[in-house]
Amino acid sequence: MSGEVKHEWPLFEVFVRAKRGLNHVHVGSLRAADHEMALHHARDLYTRRNEGVSIWVVRSDDVVASGPDDKDAFFAPSGDKVYRHPTHYAIPDSVPHI
Amino acid sequence: MNEQAFTATIDKDQRIEPRDWMPDGYRKTMIRQIAQHAHSEIIGMQPEGAWITRAPSLRRKAILLAKVQDEAGHGLYLYSAAETLGADRGDLTRRLIEGRQKYSSIFNYPTLTFADVGVIGWLVDGAAICNQVPLCRSSFGPYARAMIRICKEESFHQRQGYELLMTMMRGTEAQRAMVQDAVDRWWWPSLMMFGPPDAESPNTAQSMAWKIKRHTNDELRQRFVDMSVPQAEALGVTLPDPDLRWNAEREHHDFGEIDWSELKRVISGDGPMNAERLANRRRADEDGAWVREAAAAHAAKRREATARERQEVPA
Ligand SMILES: [Fe+2]
Ligand SMILES: [Fe+2]
Repeated sequence: MSGEVKHEWPLFEVFVRAKRGLNHVHVGSLRAADHEMALHHARDLYTRRNEGVSIWVVRSDDVVASGPDDKDAFFAPSGDKVYRHPTHYAIPDSVPHI
Repeated sequence: MNEQAFTATIDKDQRIEPRDWMPDGYRKTMIRQIAQHAHSEIIGMQPEGAWITRAPSLRRKAILLAKVQDEAGHGLYLYSAAETLGADRGDLTRRLIEGRQKYSSIFNYPTLTFADVGVIGWLVDGAAICNQVPLCRSSFGPYARAMIRICKEESFHQRQGYELLMTMMRGTEAQRAMVQDAVDRWWWPSLMMFGPPDAESPNTAQSMAWKIKRHTNDELRQRFVDMSVPQAEALGVTLPDPDLRWNAEREHHDFGEIDWSELKRVISGDGPMNAERLANRRRADEDGAWVREAAAAHAAKRREATARERQEVPA
């Protein structure tokens, strides 16, 4: 047994909803044998005070992420579509509530 | 992303995130610093943990238990940050246990009386706060975010320690002597927590350039001394340094020479408690092995059972 590389539990990402009405926000990761244990550990680790009212755990290897090099393909187009922003449209100051 | 983008991000005071390109040296330094910090939090549970069952009241037991649990949490936030850089938690623990990675020298001193618990909260957590507040702006995103979480919790640690000492100082002559004795033993090791003097800290310049570090060791040490002097006065204890006095010209306190040979000795493994701290950590790891294996086996079994159930459901 000794000398062997010891067994490692999988990694989980933890998301906490700070209070009702807010989104779940990523707070960090932890190791657990399964989802249920991950949830318990997340409660002990990330919500010891008043940090949240709800927790999500997701296996880290199930997360698919855009890379920093995808930046242009993913995020650049929004820059040249100025007509998507309300400030693109000139409305006289005299028009109320718009 | 490349070196240019990395440098530009640092120059703009923005954060580096795990998937960004970074120099190998940056990654290595970051992993080493975060791991050492994590190990310190984990080993740091022992000196105070030793007093949980002996704390003098239920209130003090509950406080101490919560504080030690926080330190475990700090260790885990930090291992989590290290893992974003490709480090492996189990591997880091093995490095600690085998003495291949270090932890803060301060935890190699013994906690002889209950006053030590108060002094650790006041001075050791106080010094940690001095070190950690600037790290909330460290250039590596996950580390900076972990530090913000940690700093929020540290303030409770320092205040419970100081309040404990105030209570003892209002007690008997023997209790006051106990506090003074603990201060005498912890003051100098606390000053050593900031690391070697700037002149002998070869990595500081690079770490400052990468904005991993925001202030030098000596700057932070000075800040800690200046903060502690009025706190010691309010408490009614004497800091054990005959050279400690206000310097109106510098607008800082001057203080005596630190025994750097002691720091070197303790860091290299020859402090009063090094062997015991590591032995305890090693034993905890070994004693927990069967639990980790059993939980993994149970999880695998349940996964199989769920898979089988799904197959049995008629289409
Ligand atoms: Fe801590
Ligand atoms: Fe602390």
